[in-house]
Amino acid sequence: MTMKSDNQYVIIAHDMVKKFGRFTANDHLNFRVAEGEIFGFLGANGAGKTTAMRILCGLSAPTSGKVSVAGYDVYKNAENVKKNIGYMSQKFSLYEDLTVKENFRFYGGIYGLSGKKIKERISVLLEKLDFTHAIDRKISDIPLGWKQKLAFSIAIIHEPRIVFLDEPTGGVDPITRRQFWEMIYETSSRGITVFVTTHYMDEAEYCDRVTIMDKGVIEALDTPENLKSRYNVDTMDQVFVKIAR
Amino acid sequence: MPAVSVDQLSKSYDNLVALHQASFQVEGGELFGVIGPDGAGKTTLFRILTTLLVPDQGKALVHGHDVVRDYRSIREVTGYMPGSFSLYHDMTVEENLEFFATIFNTTIRENYHLIQDIYRQIEPFKHRLARNLSGGMRQKLALSCALIHRPRILILDEPTTGVDAVSRKEFWEMLISLKEQGITTLVSTPYMDEAGLCDRVALIQKGRIMKIDPPDKIRREFPGKLWYVKARHKYRLLQDLQNYEGLATVYPFGESVHITTYNDRLNARDLEGYLKRTGHEDVQIAQAPATIEDCFMELMNQ
Repeated sequence: MTMKSDNQYVIIAHDMVKKFGRFTANDHLNFRVAEGEIFGFLGANGAGKTTAMRILCGLSAPTSGKVSVAGYDVYKNAENVKKNIGYMSQKFSLYEDLTVKENFRFYGGIYGLSGKKIKERISVLLEKLDFTHAIDRKISDIPLGWKQKLAFSIAIIHEPRIVFLDEPTGGVDPITRRQFWEMIYETSSRGITVFVTTHYMDEAEYCDRVTIMDKGVIEALDTPENLKSRYNVDTMDQVFVKIAR
Repeated sequence: MPAVSVDQLSKSYDNLVALHQASFQVEGGELFGVIGPDGAGKTTLFRILTTLLVPDQGKALVHGHDVVRDYRSIREVTGYMPGSFSLYHDMTVEENLEFFATIFNTTIRENYHLIQDIYRQIEPFKHRLARNLSGGMRQKLALSCALIHRPRILILDEPTTGVDAVSRKEFWEMLISLKEQGITTLVSTPYMDEAGLCDRVALIQKGRIMKIDPPDKIRREFPGKLWYVKARHKYRLLQDLQNYEGLATVYPFGESVHITTYNDRLNARDLEGYLKRTGHEDVQIAQAPATIEDCFMELMNQ
């Protein structure tokens, strides 16, 4: 990668540490994520990914270290961090008893968008999804794959600097999973940074760079291509197994 | 007698069809996978087989017992691991195992040999509360609990969902060693790459079983030809391929893109030329063997 000045990085973690009692969940993590980058965040269960993500989203303060997200310090300025990021997880569902449009309006309102702006965003995002015809359908009547795509669109309704996706494609059918990744690519091509976790190792190959965490530390951080050549294997799955086993 | 025999099984919830005329048989000692995304009908099928749900239509026998009439006998011969965490969070590892042994009128000691390979890995933590276990350890405990009464048939509903790639591999190694002990296993998963570890798989989508066969046979019978294309910029490659005439499907697959054509023919030189003209570097094109996921998507598109 070419050298970048600090303001081209939307996430900077410097010696980020998080302890729970005597347990160190994140042990001096150091990484920077560039604007528009698709940054994969992998690791075994219990490796410390969720803890790190909660810090980056402004939901939990680091024990020590310096962490800035979208230009704001997560320790001092967590509220500004939250306004400039979007978040979506596999588990987080839209409001089932509200319609598609009502969900968009709800989240748009939470992020403080004007009525006019919300309308504009709904029309752009639904058109991109080719889902305008379903605008008045209740979420409970919509298939899972579509819900995930809608949840992603809603996570970027306020055009955040960064969107965090926590296992966004878990359990989704293989065609929808691929359409979902096209949405990720498209989002990143517009300069929004995508920070994503997944258990599908083929998806690790779609990322610009991948971090692999193990027992609270970052064991590897590089492009999929470099990781595969460094560990002398053909797939990211094999890289993961070599590191985490 | 097949271990499991399912004949024209259907189940709806209000107007949602969860399972539509599913039929298959599982032989004794077989490792049988039910593979499909969320909402495909996997859990409904397994809940019927474990007598927790009554089908609307059709018939199912487990170890020769009817799932509706003989539900009590089925509970003795099956070990069931439901999709969500099934253990008691406020009991320790050992207490959970003891509990399951006791309700099946047995003891840990009596059947220890069945679970020892798996249980030994979590035994050092036997005084830990189940809620404090990591995902991989929970799985091992849940599997031990499902095995402690010496079932003939194991029914595992998405045991590897949300579990990291390494723990998934370890879990499948356990299933393969149980198979060597003669246990019949029905296991469901949304991860298509796990299909290859089963003797046979049923591919299921929207309540319908689309195909049942050994995984190798399914891959070999992929209709038509498949190519992979690689280039340095994946997103641009994907977009440029989508605009190239004659391609029937264009799907990203790990580090490459898999494509099929309408007439099963591809002039690789023409495609390469087009990609070079559109500014791509390091272009590679070659015929590729189909994966289970390619086959699944092909069946979805039919």
